[in-house]
Amino acid sequence: MATLVKRNHWVVRVTHWVNVVAIVLMAGSGMRIFNAHPRFARPGERFALNPWEGRPIPDWLTFGGWLAGARHWHFAMMWLLVANGLLYLGFLFFHGEWRDIVPRRGDARDAWQMLRFYLFVRRDHPLQGKHNALQKSAYFAMPLLGILIVLSGLAIWKPVTLAFITRLFVNYKWARFVHFLAMALLLLLALVHVFMVFSVDPYSLRAIVTGWYDRARSPEARNARPFYHLFGPAREAPASREVPPV
Amino acid sequence: MSVDRRRFLTISAASLSGALVAACDANPRRAQKLLALAERGNRRIEEGLFRHTAMNHVPASAPVAGTSFPKYMISKTTPIWDTAARGVWRLEVSGAVRRPLSLTVDDLMKLPRITQKVDHFCVEGWNARATWSGVRVSDLARAAQATDDAHYVDFTSFDEDYHESWDMASAMHPQTLVAYGMDGYLLTPAHGAPARLHSPVKLGYKNTKYLTRVVFMPKQNGGYWSDQGYEWYGGT
Repeated sequence: MATLVKRNHWVVRVTHWVNVVAIVLMAGSGMRIFNAHPRFARPGERFALNPWEGRPIPDWLTFGGWLAGARHWHFAMMWLLVANGLLYLGFLFFHGEWRDIVPRRGDARDAWQMLRFYLFVRRDHPLQGKHNALQKSAYFAMPLLGILIVLSGLAIWKPVTLAFITRLFVNYKWARFVHFLAMALLLLLALVHVFMVFSVDPYSLRAIVTGWYDRARSPEARNARPFYHLFGPAREAPASREVPPV
Repeated sequence: MSVDRRRFLTISAASLSGALVAACDANPRRAQKLLALAERGNRRIEEGLFRHTAMNHVPASAPVAGTSFPKYMISKTTPIWDTAARGVWRLEVSGAVRRPLSLTVDDLMKLPRITQKVDHFCVEGWNARATWSGVRVSDLARAAQATDDAHYVDFTSFDEDYHESWDMASAMHPQTLVAYGMDGYLLTPAHGAPARLHSPVKLGYKNTKYLTRVVFMPKQNGGYWSDQGYEWYGGT
């Protein structure tokens, strides 16, 4: 019966959902700002790394209405994003949860096995702890991208006052490109994350709202790939180091 | 456990509903208050970070934008100073000063000249390089003997009613110039002739072209774009 575990601390749950809001508003307003000059080349120059130079982001993906409005949103919500990120990373550090996402030896091999499983090369779900190796790497990459976004954001917000940060990215133009690229990668990871939640482990929604997770319904227990064994029978929960409620 | 959950639900419901309301309409009145608060806070932070020793640096080998440097004005046609109708162009330096100045282009050129290759940061997101020649606003302030009441500076133009006011610290930055030359030539009308304000420390819209007056003031008086909703501080 002891298959229920308290998976996510309330700090993790609150910061997760605040993050959803902050990232949606930051990405939307950021793309509206980008649309004021939807290219990375300086006037009179070329920029080879963006195949869509000059093509704006569709309006429905943007937020803030106009350039000035989007800038106000961006420069207000950045504090929510930063404060929330610091709270999350500080919690992870002091509460020990960083162990769940920091890469370890063997993760590459485990990730390869997960990939083989998802591609139907391997029949059984590899053994895993709280997250599988692919998840771990995504959850580790996202805060790193967040740090890169904040740094490159400072670099283009204050290219003179904080010129030493801008110089980390060579110059203003490249900092702006890194800021955009890191945002695009973060959104991509977030989209894959949402897809995997609904197609592989919708039971984890409960864990990110109330904190509770039924290990008997874990993807490992259901042998679940995207859209496979989504509602598979609950089996005996696999061995795990997660502590059941007392 | 229930305390945790209640706390969680309260916090997330509050933040989510606030954001959802905001997301439905980007400019509801309550959001405007929040955004204005953030702008004030950001301005304080930006002023706190501002240093006269933090300079814009463009590598000596970097090319200038030249003819690709964007040209921007409010009027439908390029403003050109009409000497026949308005007399010889003069730059008036006035307000909270002990010795108001009225300078012709020749007078400006007799003041210490600074030539610098710097970035021009547009609010739209591009930057462009040019070599500007002109007089430091701080030298003008010294010549006019700005008083202790001078906390802000307004830069007015003859391009419609265009003007933008600055905080004193940014105006006194060593890279803030009243420029009369660009890339080795006198300014052309497209770039603000006979003289314009240019500095890498503020976004393009703060850098008034077609300059006529530099007025030192105890209070700021907004500006053309800042009155329409762009940040008043507009610093880089």
